[in-house]
Amino acid sequence: MTALKLENVNKSFGQVHVLKDINLTVEEGEFVVFVGPSGCGKSTLLRVIAGLEDASSGTVAIGGEVVNRVPPAKRGIAMVFQSYALYPHLNVRDNMGLGLKQEGQPKTEVEERVARASAMLDLDKYLARRPAELSGGQRQRVAIGRAIVRQPKLFLFDEPLSNLDAALRMNTRVEIAALHRTLSASMIYVTHDQIEAMTLADKIVVLRDGRIEQVGSPLDLYNNPANRFVAGFLGSPSMNFLQASVPGLRPGFTIGIRPEYLRVVDQGRISGEVTYVERLGGDTNLLVKTDQGETLTLRLFGQDHTPVGARISLDFDDALAFHFDEADERVLAEAA
Amino acid sequence: MHTARDTLSTRLGTHGVLILYVIIALFPVFVIVTNSFKTRRAIFREPLALPDGESFSLIGYETVLKQGDFFLYFQNSMIVTVASLFFILLFGAMAAFALAEYRFKGNTLMGLYLALGIMIPIRIGTVAILEMMVSTGLVNTLWALILVYTAQGLPLAVFILSEFMKGVSDDLKNAGRIDGLSEYKIFFRLVLPLVRPAMATVAVFNMIPIWNDLWFPLILAPAEETKTLTLGSQVFIGQFVTDWNAVLSALSLAILPVMVLYVIFSRQLIRGITSGAVK
Repeated sequence: MTALKLENVNKSFGQVHVLKDINLTVEEGEFVVFVGPSGCGKSTLLRVIAGLEDASSGTVAIGGEVVNRVPPAKRGIAMVFQSYALYPHLNVRDNMGLGLKQEGQPKTEVEERVARASAMLDLDKYLARRPAELSGGQRQRVAIGRAIVRQPKLFLFDEPLSNLDAALRMNTRVEIAALHRTLSASMIYVTHDQIEAMTLADKIVVLRDGRIEQVGSPLDLYNNPANRFVAGFLGSPSMNFLQASVPGLRPGFTIGIRPEYLRVVDQGRISGEVTYVERLGGDTNLLVKTDQGETLTLRLFGQDHTPVGARISLDFDDALAFHFDEADERVLAEAA
Repeated sequence: MHTARDTLSTRLGTHGVLILYVIIALFPVFVIVTNSFKTRRAIFREPLALPDGESFSLIGYETVLKQGDFFLYFQNSMIVTVASLFFILLFGAMAAFALAEYRFKGNTLMGLYLALGIMIPIRIGTVAILEMMVSTGLVNTLWALILVYTAQGLPLAVFILSEFMKGVSDDLKNAGRIDGLSEYKIFFRLVLPLVRPAMATVAVFNMIPIWNDLWFPLILAPAEETKTLTLGSQVFIGQFVTDWNAVLSALSLAILPVMVLYVIFSRQLIRGITSGAVK
């Protein structure tokens, strides 16, 4: 059974067309990540799925049922918000139990589900506390707990880690991945962070300007981007796009090379000068200005001692380079 | 708040200014209260002196309590003020929520229309209001006053509260919707507690003008059984003779209930439970 099916979903706010013909299927148990730059419509799409916004046209089906006219509480979804959105006047136990109470679940059932979720999330000690008395990470766990107790058909996460600091973000990311394994539930996760997208997703949906650019598994998108936008969006540091610096390209065409696929050689196709060096310990990133005036990033594994200002010659494996035409669409190497 | 810039001299300076302001603001109140405990002769001979063994007298309070039905006046003022505040806060907050939360045609226009009331004093419409009250038979009832004061207070209440409601996190309201709370429950249980300080501000702003108003009680409800305290005190002020003892005593008594209400509301101002709701 499919967990979610979107067909030709459009959304406009007045004159502004935010979502354009979105078609998407999420299979049962799949972890799907919506990723894209800010303003691309990913959060709006999530809100349309949740029922917090109505789709201007098209159908939204959750668990095989069309839910366009169904209010959020009856769609069988649960949502985790970026700002946690805990009820300030309720303690942790009531925060998690409120949705069930509203559904009219018997008291024992509510207590049992809250107990199970709080055990899973290590929240037992805090059940009697108010949100104000919790740390950021604990609040986020309560928000996740509130979603779990409802046993939804579909979990929706709206940038849940954006408010956490770096160390906590990593931990919570691992927890969410573990949660997905234990619950084997369908999840949709919105983020602008491509590391979250790459690490969590079974399937990544890249959005831009309200359109789906590409859908696929993380490594699929990484190794086989459909266009220049997807190629540039995934990967850090992002892909180098060169026109003038590589000899033998068709005019208007662009070649894309990932920073880790460039290597320093004695006599290569690209030459330039090192303008900046980032020594991260494990890796070294070099910023290079080519003789043709283009800037590229080069990622070397391990520690490298090339000084700023050094002349350097680079080359790459043609099999690992991507070619894009004037419209930024991917073309095969032979065509380029 | 102690910061590195808080030197002794600047703190002395700010406290000096504040203390001076308190003295200026409280001085009339002080004069009224002290003089209300003095004989008529002492009031005129030495208005600033404190009452002593010779000049102390409760004659003013005796007159006030004997003449007229002051407890009824008190009760009327209290009913009118509390009921008006209740309706101003209830309807003001509901209108503000609708304006802040829902997208509908004419939203901005409606907001502007409501804000118009801030700029146009309601007293301009006194004649029309009186005509309406006469034709609805509400003259000489407390409802006449409550309705007028509610109308008078609503524009500012809507204006202030809608700004605060816009500040309440959308995520919180959406979380409520996903948990199956009705819009009314979201309003009463999630949003209202978070804008409580703003509600208290609106209440304090509206309370004193309503309590002190003489105009509408005089015009709409001058009957003996609906007189408010301010109107009731007027019996002691004559064109030729004024019973100052009684006037001062009545005014001193009138301060008390407003003070109690103010203390209630100002505690709400200070107590904020908003922290920790959303980051």
